[in-house]
Amino acid sequence: MAEVATNHPMDEIKNDPRVPAELNNNVFITTLDKLYNWGRKRSMWPMLFGLACCAIEMICTAASRHDLARFGWELMRPSPRQADLMIVSGTVTKKMVPQIVRLYNQMPEPRYVIAMGACATSGGPFKEGYNVVSGIDKFLPVDVYIPGCPPRPEALLHGFIKLQEKIEKQSLRTVSWYRKGEATVVPVPVLGPDLTDLRRAQEIVGRVQANQTEAVQPAA
Amino acid sequence: MSETTPAPATATPAKPAPKAAPAARHAEKKPAVTLATMTPEMNAVQQHFGEVLIQPAPFEGFLVTDPAKVRDVALFLRDQLHFEMLSNQTAVDYPAENVIEVVYHVSHISGGRPLCFKTRVPRDESVAVPSVTPVYPGAEFQEREIYDMYGVRFSEHPDLRRILMWEGFNGWPLRKDWKEAYYEGDTKPFDSRWPGGHHKLAEERVPWADNVNYPPGFDPNAYVSNPDGNLYESMLTGTNGHELSAPEIDIGADTVVGVEPGLKTDQIIVNMGPQHPSTHGVLRMVVRIDGETITDLKLVLGYLHRNHEKIGERNTWLHNIPYTDRLDYICGMANEMGYVIAVERMMGIQPTERAEYLRVIMAELTRIQSHFWAIGFVLNDLGAFYTPALYFITERDLIIDLFEAVTGSRMMCNYMRFGGVARDFTPEQLARARELVFERIPRAIDELERLLSDNEIIKARTIGVGYMSAERSIAYSLTGPCLRAAGVPYDIRRADPYSIYDRFDFDIPVLYGGDVYDRYRIRVLEMRQSLRILEQALNQIDQTPAGDIQAGKKAYNHRVPAGQTYARVETPKGELGFYLVSDGGQNPWRYHVRSSSFINLNSMREMTIGQKVADAVVILGSLDIVLGEVDR
Repeated sequence: MAEVATNHPMDEIKNDPRVPAELNNNVFITTLDKLYNWGRKRSMWPMLFGLACCAIEMICTAASRHDLARFGWELMRPSPRQADLMIVSGTVTKKMVPQIVRLYNQMPEPRYVIAMGACATSGGPFKEGYNVVSGIDKFLPVDVYIPGCPPRPEALLHGFIKLQEKIEKQSLRTVSWYRKGEATVVPVPVLGPDLTDLRRAQEIVGRVQANQTEAVQPAA
Repeated sequence: MSETTPAPATATPAKPAPKAAPAARHAEKKPAVTLATMTPEMNAVQQHFGEVLIQPAPFEGFLVTDPAKVRDVALFLRDQLHFEMLSNQTAVDYPAENVIEVVYHVSHISGGRPLCFKTRVPRDESVAVPSVTPVYPGAEFQEREIYDMYGVRFSEHPDLRRILMWEGFNGWPLRKDWKEAYYEGDTKPFDSRWPGGHHKLAEERVPWADNVNYPPGFDPNAYVSNPDGNLYESMLTGTNGHELSAPEIDIGADTVVGVEPGLKTDQIIVNMGPQHPSTHGVLRMVVRIDGETITDLKLVLGYLHRNHEKIGERNTWLHNIPYTDRLDYICGMANEMGYVIAVERMMGIQPTERAEYLRVIMAELTRIQSHFWAIGFVLNDLGAFYTPALYFITERDLIIDLFEAVTGSRMMCNYMRFGGVARDFTPEQLARARELVFERIPRAIDELERLLSDNEIIKARTIGVGYMSAERSIAYSLTGPCLRAAGVPYDIRRADPYSIYDRFDFDIPVLYGGDVYDRYRIRVLEMRQSLRILEQALNQIDQTPAGDIQAGKKAYNHRVPAGQTYARVETPKGELGFYLVSDGGQNPWRYHVRSSSFINLNSMREMTIGQKVADAVVILGSLDIVLGEVDR
């Protein structure tokens, strides 16, 4: 077969010099990492999970004009058990964050999180609100942040492509989910007098005792 | 057209209104001076109740001096003066006088300005206000919200729990002296931002390094969190007060389809949401089911409570316009229009002619795209997964493209200003709008009807499902297409006209089925009426001078005279009202959004009891809620 120089990712595999000429195009040699990543980055199953305004743009991304299916991500699963990717699309409120963390814990590894929009990234325009969490990364590890209020569908697609690039770089030897030991579970925050992150429980106890006499409200 | 002119009654003579004016109100109990400004309705109330009422000048309405009499007054207003609907109920905090004012707005279903009445209770929670839910069942969620935000108790309320925050949250957030964790100042712009300030990350500024505050003595290890305990218990034992307020609902074994009378079956409680593909966002329905039949349903809200009102009271008047976009994020322009009209009414300014036309064009295009969206997703809920929605999202995208071309953003347009709009249409954009309105959208609606209106499966799934009578709809303060689908011709564009809607020739479509099918069909009819308005507006706009889109000079810092107003517009979801109180400062003293989605959800419980679980999803879809507006 004539050697045609294209940028197609399969070319590298097809024209591997280690394969005898008569087996060319019949036997492919590649690394397990590449094959594994090539497959899974093109068949992400996002969770059907919308929080606020950004969810509308997410739906538009999945609709006919922008067509998420072109990239192999159209299979939105309502159940976290079947999903690889959580798109946090909207404002994360204190009342909602226990559920989001629980959903994340229910997702099987490998799992990814996209923080879509200003609110999911940092709290956005509502950051100062008393019921708003300053970004989902206070609780979950975020892979890709997408700015915008809300991000355009193109921005979401760009975020997806960035996530693909990230997946491509992962190696079976280092990924956490094939390691020994327990999977990391984020403790579900508790709705007390205010949102309580159990990872900070000791600190809260200490500080509350230290502040017992003075007012807990920040100085004006 | 009298509605767009500023009502002189809203202007307060006293400068810092919340401090000085009400003291004078209390001192002067004899209504001799104020009788002249009294409307006949107020006179009738005064004659009937005598001493319990005074009528203070600074707002359109009257004050009920004895909180215990509120329910009697409401009953009198409803039964004798025919204010059939409770439009709005909220509260305002006046720490200087140590009172919280509970504000009611009631409306005639036949139209006209709403009547406002208020009562005052001390801030120490010692006095409970009688709940008006027996008179106006639509008050249920609003009273819960007031309780949640201000700590005002309502006696004999069927289910007084926190609604937006969770049970156990510390404090009453909308009180003026309650400060959020990231508190920086009472009014924006904060000194740290402008002019020339150096802003520090909020996390670096506050003691907990996060958006939290804990009361003294709090121990997370010992704390038992039980935000839903009361809810489940009341639903399991059937001891919630709801049966009292809605005695006509028979949930006995006879109405349970497929269950033998006398057969004892177990009822179980199922949570749908807050993560559920059919709840249109982060809504949670707690359903008690007997087999497939719903015997009780309660909604848990607040999963998208973004503290719109607290932030709105820190913002300047102008700051709030982009926030209103994010209320009902499908139809941002309609929300903006409500807000700017409210502020314009207080400031006593009028937008230019061209701006009025542009606003109407934007608002009606918004209505069409919102109804496209709503119909598409009702079909989603019916099981026609995504195919009809795809058709309508395509059409919606074309309208959104026009928004983007004009305003720069697809959804959060930030287009309207006090006294005008931000940008004019270019001739090309006008041509594009005409192409949409005269050519593309009418055909899309024809296609929609051809696809859906006579579809056998849709009819079988929707006719007779989620029925609510006209009387109950009015009692529950249901507004928008759902109310008109129940046979009540109530549309703010006609009932309490605003902007230039009185110039256009259009009808208010009414259907009489009161079920999901009619709620679908009424949206189709309304889109056609919106097209009629758009055709006229697009024809008439050429008579206005291009570029004349702002009355007066552009301003960033608006001074709104002290006073208060309640302005409402008809958004695609229903009546959207803004209740604003100004003390003459650069930010609102009270900024309340009367959200149609939120109040429409009141009626959901009655619509779903006795229906199947799968129908609850469709009924919710037919109400067409947007969680940003429900939880705010």
